[in-house]
Amino acid sequence: MIAALILIPLFGAFVAFCIPDNRWRPVVLPVVASIHLGITAMLLLSPPPPSPGGWIWLDPLGRIVLLCVTLIFALCAFYAVGYLDCRQERSNRILCMGVLACLAAMGLVTVTQHLGLLWVALETTTVFMAPLIYFNRNARSIEATWKYLLICSVGIGLALLGLLFLAYSTYVAHRDATLLLGALIATARDLNPAWLHAAAIFMLVGYGTKMGLAPLHTWKPDAYGEAPGLVGALLAGGLVSCAFLAILRVYQVCLASGFEIHFFRKALLGLGFLSIAFAAVFMAKQADFKRMLAYSSVEHVGILAIALGLGKGALYGALFHLLNNALAKGVLFLSSGNIHRMYNSKTTDVVKGVLSRLPWSGGLFLAGFIAVTGSPPFSPFISEYTIISSAFIDGRYWIGGFFLLFLALIFIGMAMTVLPMIMGAPPEEIESTGYHDRLLTVGPPLVMLCVIFWLGIRPPAFLVAMLLDGAVLLGGMP
Amino acid sequence: MNTFADQLLVLVMLINLVMLGTSRLLFSIRAVAVQGVILGLLPGLVHPFSLHLAAIMTVVIIVKGIVIPYFIGDAVHKARIRREVEPFIGYVPTLVLGAVFTALSFAFAEKLPLAPEHEELLFVPASMATLLTGFLILTTRRKAISQVIGYLVMENGIFVFGLLLTEAMPAMVEAGVLLDLLVGIFVMGIVINHISREFSSIDTSRLRALKEE
Repeated sequence: MIAALILIPLFGAFVAFCIPDNRWRPVVLPVVASIHLGITAMLLLSPPPPSPGGWIWLDPLGRIVLLCVTLIFALCAFYAVGYLDCRQERSNRILCMGVLACLAAMGLVTVTQHLGLLWVALETTTVFMAPLIYFNRNARSIEATWKYLLICSVGIGLALLGLLFLAYSTYVAHRDATLLLGALIATARDLNPAWLHAAAIFMLVGYGTKMGLAPLHTWKPDAYGEAPGLVGALLAGGLVSCAFLAILRVYQVCLASGFEIHFFRKALLGLGFLSIAFAAVFMAKQADFKRMLAYSSVEHVGILAIALGLGKGALYGALFHLLNNALAKGVLFLSSGNIHRMYNSKTTDVVKGVLSRLPWSGGLFLAGFIAVTGSPPFSPFISEYTIISSAFIDGRYWIGGFFLLFLALIFIGMAMTVLPMIMGAPPEEIESTGYHDRLLTVGPPLVMLCVIFWLGIRPPAFLVAMLLDGAVLLGGMP
Repeated sequence: MNTFADQLLVLVMLINLVMLGTSRLLFSIRAVAVQGVILGLLPGLVHPFSLHLAAIMTVVIIVKGIVIPYFIGDAVHKARIRREVEPFIGYVPTLVLGAVFTALSFAFAEKLPLAPEHEELLFVPASMATLLTGFLILTTRRKAISQVIGYLVMENGIFVFGLLLTEAMPAMVEAGVLLDLLVGIFVMGIVINHISREFSSIDTSRLRALKEE
């Protein structure tokens, strides 16, 4: 069953390679995505036991990330059919193969318990995402691709060094190097502190680069800005969640060691606050709305890092926020892709009055903005509220206070870009681009919005139970 | 046997300095290929022979010594350039920095608590020095190809450290790491090709359209 999770997308990539017709090829995506969604549902309802040897096990944390990945991918896959239909002038073979190969690698990230294999899968996603950012084939997108590829490869290389340090710390401790999570957690108290410290730093920097924590986020605005909205949604919802899972694994080992966790939490808090501060500064007066979404992603990885750094009750909020962030970003990136198609521009001096030209996409973008900045009734409000309240319950007033301040600044900064763009009057001379809202390009973001609305009003019991299980693994209150 | 391994590691560090000092790209690529072959030989010198080890050695020599240098050489050929011109920091200063970094790596390695059987070996300083050299090349050179070479040198540095753990790492993970490196360099080669077509140059300082206004 778990093998199918990885093999079916790979088989789909092969089928996409074989189909010669540009118009029919994207249909492979929703077919594979529906099967993937079905398999995930079965796995979540009756989780299989760990494999012999302990390499493969879908633990609660893996389940949460798998749910994020499969939901965002399924909706993006349906959107892709509508989107690629408008872009028939380009071959979409590489795009279809790339996203399916990425889906396979992301599946592997969520199910593996071997940190080495997790690294391999994460690096695979980096490499396969690069050609997708270059979909538009112009000078700007090649620049974004180059920066993304080089910075992420170097970052993830540092994570590999951290991983080797971790293995060496087990070797110094008991002459039996291992990178299996279960064995690492069981023996974490004996690990050599110096090597574990070095390992934690390198892995935080490495996976933090992949996740886009400031000051390692520099590739993010370029890559998110130049990639098609569909790829942006997969980067912000899928890859970020997978990189976050890698950091959670390091967190688990540090927590089990008992001594390293104090430093690790402080480092996460520092990077988290730096991220939301960067986002607050660069979000204001941002003229390019796709770059603005990239900074919003930097903000949200910052929130995730802060929640991990706070620990205790905030851990539940962190895991919940992971899902909410993925879906809210999906709404924004997919609807921004529609707006980009309509206006053939992504700067706010041209894009004005979207609501009157594209009522559906404009409305979705506006609702997505309200959701992503943490306003009720959408679920990001619930998760951010959980994180902030746990900071205050712990008596960490300064952290809670600054967190609120930055969120307010980000809300204002983002509103200054979004509101004139959505409301306003449309420009006089309208360039006809032949795009109009259709079911396949509006439906998927609408479904995402409905899901975060539903989660915000009444999260289902099985999800709450799963998030609690995950928080317990991270040392949160049961 | 271990003294021979140490001599090879010294050679690895010397190759680092050679790469910092040269402007000819094809020469750098050959140097990185030689470094890859040495890296492939090293596991056989520090660990007792086994089939797993022989397989790793063969694959490393083929990937790092032949296939990857071929990919980069191909990209150089297609972009029709020979030399790195005007690096952000000159050759002599980077060479001096490289030497300083190598010395610092030795000082740093002294501080780390190594397992007793590894204490006499040069693996940790060689690994650190190679990693830092890779960084230096990555950050000071303008040409996209030099940056790929820098990335490769950095990966070689990580690999040197990994040699201490060759027996512990499962073959599947080793193979995965090498395959990712291979595909990564292959994709970088393609991207370089597109950069040179788009900008008629592979000077990455021309990649500056994307920034905050």
